[in-house]
Amino acid sequence: MAISTGQSARDDFRDIEQSPYGKPGEVISDTAAPTGTLTVTDESVLDSGEHQMTLNMGPQHPSTHGVMRVVLKLDGEVITDCDPVIGYLHRGTEKLGEAHRYAQITPWTDRTDYVAAPLNNLGYILAVEKLCGVEAPERAQYWRVIMAELARIASHLVWLGTHALDIGALSMSLYCFREREMILDIFESFCGARLTTNMMEIGGFSRPIPDGLVEQIRNFIRLFPGRQQEYSDLLTANPIWMARTKGVGIISPEAAISYSLTGACLRGSGINYDVRKAEPYLVYDRLDFEVPLGEHGDTFDRYLVRMEEMRQALRLVEQALDHVEAMDTPMMAYESPYVIPPHKGTMTTAEDMQRHFIWTIKGFNPPVGEVWQTIEQSKGELGYYIVSDGGPMPYRFRIRTPDFVNLQVLPHMAQGALLADVVALIGTIDIVLGSVDR
Amino acid sequence: MDQPIWITFIVAFVIMNVLLISMAYATWFERKVLAAFQDRRGPTRTGWHGLGQPLADAVKLLGKEDLIPAGADKIVFRFAPVIVFVTAILSAAVIPFGGTIELFGREINLYITDLNVGALFILAVGSAGVYGIILGAWSSANRYSLLGGLRSAAQVVSYEIVLGLSLVGIFILTGSLSLKSIMERQAETISLGPIDLPNWFILSQPLAFILFIVAAVAETNRVPFDLPEAETELVAGFHTEYSGFRFSLYFLGEYINMIVVSLFASTLFLGGPNGPGSDTYWGLGLVWLFLKALIFMFFYVWLRATIPRFRFDQLMGVAWKVLLPLTLANILVTGFIRLIANGEVF
Repeated sequence: MAISTGQSARDDFRDIEQSPYGKPGEVISDTAAPTGTLTVTDESVLDSGEHQMTLNMGPQHPSTHGVMRVVLKLDGEVITDCDPVIGYLHRGTEKLGEAHRYAQITPWTDRTDYVAAPLNNLGYILAVEKLCGVEAPERAQYWRVIMAELARIASHLVWLGTHALDIGALSMSLYCFREREMILDIFESFCGARLTTNMMEIGGFSRPIPDGLVEQIRNFIRLFPGRQQEYSDLLTANPIWMARTKGVGIISPEAAISYSLTGACLRGSGINYDVRKAEPYLVYDRLDFEVPLGEHGDTFDRYLVRMEEMRQALRLVEQALDHVEAMDTPMMAYESPYVIPPHKGTMTTAEDMQRHFIWTIKGFNPPVGEVWQTIEQSKGELGYYIVSDGGPMPYRFRIRTPDFVNLQVLPHMAQGALLADVVALIGTIDIVLGSVDR
Repeated sequence: MDQPIWITFIVAFVIMNVLLISMAYATWFERKVLAAFQDRRGPTRTGWHGLGQPLADAVKLLGKEDLIPAGADKIVFRFAPVIVFVTAILSAAVIPFGGTIELFGREINLYITDLNVGALFILAVGSAGVYGIILGAWSSANRYSLLGGLRSAAQVVSYEIVLGLSLVGIFILTGSLSLKSIMERQAETISLGPIDLPNWFILSQPLAFILFIVAAVAETNRVPFDLPEAETELVAGFHTEYSGFRFSLYFLGEYINMIVVSLFASTLFLGGPNGPGSDTYWGLGLVWLFLKALIFMFFYVWLRATIPRFRFDQLMGVAWKVLLPLTLANILVTGFIRLIANGEVF
């Protein structure tokens, strides 16, 4: 006796009579159950007499990076069909955004791509600032760059660790999390939180830079290149690593564009598109960095691109830090009516306290209009679309997450690959299910 | 040297228990060494430096519920882990831990039996062990297990050939398949001018040594050849559905296999218990053997900490396209040298 594993939230499975995976909770008859001696010859397993086996990978599989499900059709170990099923971590972030005031939405953006929370905060805050016409002071913009690039490194470290772990390099994940820990410590010093940072504020930063933070970041800048060289030594020239990644999951430049890939998946195929260069935001046009490109569009090239992106991100952190270290200008655009006033007198004067109370309870009402803001997130182009009807909450809140779009290319890459490649391919797209499902 | 059967029983009993205890501490050793590689501390909470961890693990595993999947072939499912465990233990029967010693006025052999085809016995028993994996995988009614079992079958068939053929060079040099003769042969010394070198086969058969190690890692299903239980692809491969004591039999089997292969490799290539002082004190011989086996155990963990896993097709490619031609070449060259040394050619 076997019980089918449930029903997906995806539309085409709503008609459960049509579902190829059985009705939810349905008890399949004994003959259809994959018993030990009948597994391969069973009618329910074979598809129209061909030697194929359906393998349901996930949503509890260790290598699907959370709760993704991939339904594979296998001929031996060769994949003939691959169908990613998402929606197991759907929390309705976009709808939640329509029921929260603008300042309250930032914590929700933390929880989409939870390994790079500051970057998500940044995209949302830039969208709101664009809507309200607020520009953060220069010093705050540099600090935003520092935090965003550190978050990019932290996100790439999670990618590297899990990707290598999926391919079997066990130690890499521990090394990567050791360095990520240093970045999380920096975040903790800066804003008090490590994972869901809720770091960026509309108008800049309202709190002062804590003592010792600059030294902490300098320490990281000094240590990290050597550590990254160690990762390179372990993987880049490793014959097994090359055998597992070179020529695996090739995406041609044309395919990369037609699947609207962004981030390292696009640049790995040799297409030069980086939002930081194409439509510069913050102060990226004043900083010197390069956009690494791949040549063959395979898993190994995407690996090299992301490794180089980490080096470039560190360069950006260093430049921004050099620039901002001596600055003593304001961090918050208090002159704007859309920015929360200083907390200074909140505890001592009644007027300040009342104003702060009203601001916190009611929020602000941005102008009527719609806005679309994209940033280069660690996984690709992250876009926020906000429609304002003049009220304190967005009329429509939409997030374009990069890994949701990038995930489309998985069936294309998996065609004809081997079962072991699927985990490498899921790793190379760099998905976070919180971001895919939102 | 003949001895009463009851002494052999005592020796067998001691060896088996030492094997089981060393297996338990092999897991501790692996955890600690792996932790050192990975910049962490490993088990620390159970006793001094976590030395009680194997006991805690055993208690945990024995206390687990014994689950048998509804669709499983119950008889085969119950029986399969036993095959793995028994064959792993059985291989230790022909490993010589030393020569004959005198204890309490009796002559005692430091081995259970001296089969004249000892090396073949280990290879044969080792390949019988794969039945446990395949049957367990087949009977679990799990598709991941099935794939793990199929991989295991293909892998063992390929690497068994390399493993066996890589030893032919040694058999040619020794003229015997008995592990005791191979061990005794390595007790001799060869003089290279002023220095005396031990006649260990790692010196005369270096290529065979490398090939044997590679094939042995594949035989024991360890990284980078751990495809039958590749946890990131096949969840846990052949033992996905196993829990509790049945799982621990697989676990025991894997580690005992590692230990036996380490002892086997030490016996074949590193002179077994031979070493400074081992002629006079038999205890020192045991220490040497232990240290040599420890080198191999360390090597296993080192591999696990360092390199990624092969893909299935690459695994087969390595076996048939690289290792097999090399072993055959090694046999050819060794055979020629032997013939030349005997003056039968030229």
